[in-house]
Amino acid sequence: MDAVRRYFRSPAAVAGLVLLIIVIGMAVSAGWLYPRDPLALAGRPLIWPFSNPRFLLGTDNSGRDIAAQIFYGARISLLIGGVATVIAILIGVLVGAFSGYYGGWVDTVLMRITEAFQTLPNFVLLLVLVAVFGSTLTTVTIAVGVVSWPAPARLTRAEFMSLRNREFVQAGRTLGMKDIQLMLGEILPNALPPVIVYASVVMAVAILLESALAFLRLSDPNVASWGNLIGLGRDVLRVQWYVSAIPGIAILVTVLAVSLVGQGLNDALNPRLKGR
Amino acid sequence: MRILGLAGRRLAASIPTLILILIGMFLLLQFAPGDTVDAMMAQMGGGDAATAKDLRKFYGLDVSIPAQLGNYLWRLVRLDLGFSSIYGKPVASVIIERLPPTILLMTASLSFAFFFGLLFGVIAARGVNRWPDTLISTLGLVFYATPSFWFGLMAIVVFSVYLQWLPPGGFEDIGTVQTGIWRVLGIASHLVLPTLTLGLIFLAIYLRIMRASMLEVLNLDYVRTARAKGLDETRVVTRHVLRNALLPMVTLIGLQAGTMLGGSVVVESVFSLPGLGRLAYESVVQRDLNTLLGIVFVSALLVITVNFVVDLIYARLDPRITAGG
Repeated sequence: MDAVRRYFRSPAAVAGLVLLIIVIGMAVSAGWLYPRDPLALAGRPLIWPFSNPRFLLGTDNSGRDIAAQIFYGARISLLIGGVATVIAILIGVLVGAFSGYYGGWVDTVLMRITEAFQTLPNFVLLLVLVAVFGSTLTTVTIAVGVVSWPAPARLTRAEFMSLRNREFVQAGRTLGMKDIQLMLGEILPNALPPVIVYASVVMAVAILLESALAFLRLSDPNVASWGNLIGLGRDVLRVQWYVSAIPGIAILVTVLAVSLVGQGLNDALNPRLKGR
Repeated sequence: MRILGLAGRRLAASIPTLILILIGMFLLLQFAPGDTVDAMMAQMGGGDAATAKDLRKFYGLDVSIPAQLGNYLWRLVRLDLGFSSIYGKPVASVIIERLPPTILLMTASLSFAFFFGLLFGVIAARGVNRWPDTLISTLGLVFYATPSFWFGLMAIVVFSVYLQWLPPGGFEDIGTVQTGIWRVLGIASHLVLPTLTLGLIFLAIYLRIMRASMLEVLNLDYVRTARAKGLDETRVVTRHVLRNALLPMVTLIGLQAGTMLGGSVVVESVFSLPGLGRLAYESVVQRDLNTLLGIVFVSALLVITVNFVVDLIYARLDPRITAGG
């Protein structure tokens, strides 16, 4: 409860939470506010924002409602960001746990693989994965998760290494608990909090990665995503710059919200490190 | 000498990593729908099965996958990256043509991000929790959350379309032939917006790290000693704190080298710079897998090189590394 009170004492953390709730609210209410397909033709193309009450944020090059695409885009960004983060954390915790718990050659092999992933620019790897497996919503989400696991793996490894010989683990070992029981039941709950906090960084980066991919028209073209809309607006950038500007602000706000909440959680859970 | 030996050992340790990457990528690309020959046939507008077979034999695609992998690695040892069917010349020469803009862009962005990150980080740490710190930290958070390609587009709208100060894209003016200093200035003016765009997110990261590391070092005993012997604050910071506070920043350059290379894919596409990143994008779109594999190899080499240089700088900044090693 202390942590909750500390969290709400920080104005930045509260602002982040409010922004995040707004974005989640947009994602939830999209179907209810805009029951029609957001990618369907809605009106004349390239209506400026605030000039027509039917299209509050205007329409894009092909006459689709920008506001509807922003609301549905919140779904896609949160979905891809969330699921990719879960994938990255799962792989990262698995690799980090084995590496940190067993050490020795297991550690050497797993860390070599982690290093290989870190040496390769993650966006280049993402391009290769999309080139090979195609760009549907599922493959893009998995690909973003697959390029994001090395950092959580290193974090988990460090936690496991510092925890594996503590008294409570040794006590469990003398009680005859199996390795897997020790790892899951004893070490993992203690190692997890910093990893969970780090998940906010992974999610922020995942949202940015997907939007960059969509901007390059290498993500799923059949969903209303913010990156797709920015890429589309590029064709009319010289005059109707708002088509690209509006979804960019949506991405900025979402990533900012996720980072602020992550930082707030970090400060609330580790009060001694505040301000770092 | 000792520094070189130490960094050299780190360099040698990265060779297995490089081989692992190459094998992994090679196997991954086996899953790709269609091979080089399919792409070539599509370019030629189709052809009969006999031609395809001949071509496969010519490019060594008719043997088993392990044999192909062996051939591939053996060719890499001789620095032969294969042939790009799309560009009609060896992959190595395609990549070398595209390398200068990317290296220029990365160096410029890194210098920009490092210098201003350092400056703002120091200013923020000096006025911790007062308004300069709040302003700089907030800006840092916003920059960190800004998608680089979007910032680039908006910069084009403001500086190229409305103010018409800077060119919206390209590497140099093709219309006029320029030589000497004018050519350099022309290229520089084309690189201003891409540099800012790519550097922004790293500026945010560097200033945050610099602020944190300054705050940490400012609390150490030796800084108190320096103050106690009557040095003014500027000298304490420049002579005593900065060198130690720089260490995490230097580490970060090595860690971020790959991210920066990835970021240049997007930035080069926004500003249509003919660099390595744009080549990576084009080869994905055109399914030029040989070139893609070559780019992966070269970018891994670049990242390893940057890390080698970082090791050298690090050892120079922190003599303990060589003394203890």
